[in-house]
Amino acid sequence: MATAHKEPNYIGVFWWLLALTIIEIAVIYMPVARLIIVILLVGMALTKAALVALYFMHLRFERVTLGVIAITPLVLCLFLILMLSPDIRP
Amino acid sequence: MSEAAVMHQTVEPAESPLTPESWGKLGMWLFLAGDAMSFGGLIVGYGLLRYASPTWPVPSQALGINLTAFMTFLLICSSVTMVLALSAVTKGNRAGLKKFLGLTILGGAAFLGLQAYEWTHLITARLPEIGVSFSTHLFATTFFVLTGFHGMHVTGGVIYNSCVLAACLRGRYGAKHVEIAGLYWHFVDLVWILIFTFVYLL
Repeated sequence: MATAHKEPNYIGVFWWLLALTIIEIAVIYMPVARLIIVILLVGMALTKAALVALYFMHLRFERVTLGVIAITPLVLCLFLILMLSPDIRP
Repeated sequence: MSEAAVMHQTVEPAESPLTPESWGKLGMWLFLAGDAMSFGGLIVGYGLLRYASPTWPVPSQALGINLTAFMTFLLICSSVTMVLALSAVTKGNRAGLKKFLGLTILGGAAFLGLQAYEWTHLITARLPEIGVSFSTHLFATTFFVLTGFHGMHVTGGVIYNSCVLAACLRGRYGAKHVEIAGLYWHFVDLVWILIFTFVYLL
């Protein structure tokens, strides 16, 4: 049942999402190397996406089947990047 | 009980660690996985095209991020009202469901309105200033394809949520339907979080 697990602290997750968004915007104005900015931004975006999936979409409280389904597109995208990268020259 | 319902009961598989709690939820997750691959393909394509392009405008300057940051905030808020709607309907609080699901729909509609405004502003004023248009620079092409594909998802979500709300008010739908609609809505929010970072901020 959807109600079997304890309800997560939705408002807490909201504050995390809001804080990370504000930090993300601040980061692009930081006078540091571009690579560091990219790593920080990608890390924070993935953290936010994980927060939404784990708590709002209840993935944390679901059976493993749904988690496997959710991970599959990520793996395939990684594969896509690897397969396409030899064709890309800046 | 209809014939189909009887059939359904007889073919219900036995419990196993792989049996989902809800077949509806499993169906939505499978759809979302496929949809995620569509978005994944577009985002990866965008990334590789950008990496391979000799010139690329700085997105935060070319697009402006104040309005988009507000749109992101709006979508995150509408995700929160969606979980509050689910929480309300689970407790049998119909007034709460009406309020929060209504707010979610309103948030989605406001997002679409702002996106329409943003697109108009970009197409008529901002992009011509830097000499970029949909057909002349991959910057604009990838931008409009990605945000447009996402905007269509938001449109679908607003219609979907409206139908779920109407069916709930007539007593036909309940908590499990709201939960499944919520999965779709949170997915749309999740994708926007990624688009906001990869297309606007990076």
